[in-house]
Amino acid sequence: MRGGVRKFGAAERGLLPEGRIAGPMPWVIAIMMFLTVLAAAAGLGLGGAASRLDEQIGSRVTIQVVEANPDVRRAQAAAAAAAIRNLPGVTNVRPVPDAEVQALLEPWLGAGGVDSDIPVPALIDVDLTPEAHRGLDALRQAVTAAAPAARVDDNGQWLAPLASLIGALKWLAAGLVILMVGATAATVVLAARAALDTHRGTIEILHLMGATDIQVARLFQRRIALDALFGGLIGFILAALVLIGIGERVSALGSELLGSATIPAPAWGVLVALPAFGVLLAMFVARLTILRALGRML
Amino acid sequence: MAGGLEQREAALSAGSIVQFENVGLRYGTGAETLSDLAFSLRDGGFYFLTGPSGAGKTSLLKLLYLALRPSRGLIRLFGEDIVTMPRARLPGFRRRIGVVFQDFRLVPHLSTFDNVALPLRVAGVEDKDLETPVREMLAWVGLADRASARPATLSGGEQQRVAIARAVIGRPELLVADEPTGNVDPEMARRLLYLFASLNKLGTTIIVATHDLHLLTEVSGAEMLRLDRGQIADPTGALRHPPRRADL
Repeated sequence: MRGGVRKFGAAERGLLPEGRIAGPMPWVIAIMMFLTVLAAAAGLGLGGAASRLDEQIGSRVTIQVVEANPDVRRAQAAAAAAAIRNLPGVTNVRPVPDAEVQALLEPWLGAGGVDSDIPVPALIDVDLTPEAHRGLDALRQAVTAAAPAARVDDNGQWLAPLASLIGALKWLAAGLVILMVGATAATVVLAARAALDTHRGTIEILHLMGATDIQVARLFQRRIALDALFGGLIGFILAALVLIGIGERVSALGSELLGSATIPAPAWGVLVALPAFGVLLAMFVARLTILRALGRML
Repeated sequence: MAGGLEQREAALSAGSIVQFENVGLRYGTGAETLSDLAFSLRDGGFYFLTGPSGAGKTSLLKLLYLALRPSRGLIRLFGEDIVTMPRARLPGFRRRIGVVFQDFRLVPHLSTFDNVALPLRVAGVEDKDLETPVREMLAWVGLADRASARPATLSGGEQQRVAIARAVIGRPELLVADEPTGNVDPEMARRLLYLFASLNKLGTTIIVATHDLHLLTEVSGAEMLRLDRGQIADPTGALRHPPRRADL
């Protein structure tokens, strides 16, 4: 009778009735998990897109040599490229080939629509380090000194509103995930309280026989964790199916910008961890709720 | 002076498993249900608690099995003050007490076997060590063939026997029983009392609340506590011994 207190084993788990004990909680958690995974996926996808946008385009400038005389244009383009190639912070200088420029104009002017008489500017893409990108004046001076007809367009300047929007959406997604976590915790609190009320008779018996609060809490937290796992997996699987479907449609569009917002492989690891996190959260919240409730008993 | 007080306390508590001093119990803001209770129960004694309905017997038992704390006074249980004892220490004391509830309080979704095994599981007995003592106890109370039955399928008498088996299975140091024979026939009542007496011979202190005066004559050497309107009806202890059968 005075044996040491231990965890309840497999047989003791039957001290609570078979089946789910937390009412509709698993289905509420399934909905929460579905929305959490979508919000987290959106946040991770947008985060990836933002960083790729910054890496690939944000630190890039384009030099346009606007000169009607094609010979002068070509000479100034070559001079501008040569002038900046060895500047500190310049990581890549790429004169855009004429064919590529023609392809860029094709959607507006049609195939073969670019007449050789139309003066199309020469373009040079220049990739910079972030430090060099922040101090563009030196580059501008070097370019205009070598090629008076050249002007420097900062891609980051026109991408800034887009980057700002993506950043805001990313934080919105993070906020939604936090709200979902809070709502899930509140759901577990309500479910744990309801389960306690439902099984109050059994708890009182265990209590009067000398069961400790921890022993009783373990019974409940285990069952609530199983319910949360059930709901979490359903929510995750549904969300994963939706994400895979959206991913396939985005791929079919072939858009570079939308394509950059797809979920990178490591981010899937984070998404897969969400149900496990949900279970741990449910166990923790259930344990706290039940220990607090038991603490009010003698 | 302090040493003298300690000596007196030690003398008072020597040989007592339960000691009440000036104990009062009040539910909420109502009048006191129990007032000025002062008595002690000898370690290894057998006690009947009698009194009319509403006298406070069940409330007194609740104090004994640590379901309530008194509103005032001192209760020493197993030599320790349980009134000011931290809550975290109470489970250890509860495991030393067996309780037969008036309303049985069986766990409805557990089988007879699992209900009886409950105190042993709470105390940490391994499953492999449960089978023999639980089967033996079920045989003792005549329920060997009902081991897998749920409480809802048992009669009132059978439920009461399960409750008794559950209370005594762990050989508690103190057994508290509230009307334990109220739903069984006289033969089974005598058999259960014999079980209590056997447990008592092994050292368990027994206190049985009952209305059945005939039951009092069944256990030789038993003592009687009589409650009336929340107070001990015999504060001097002169009437502490149950009436003889011939007197009833």
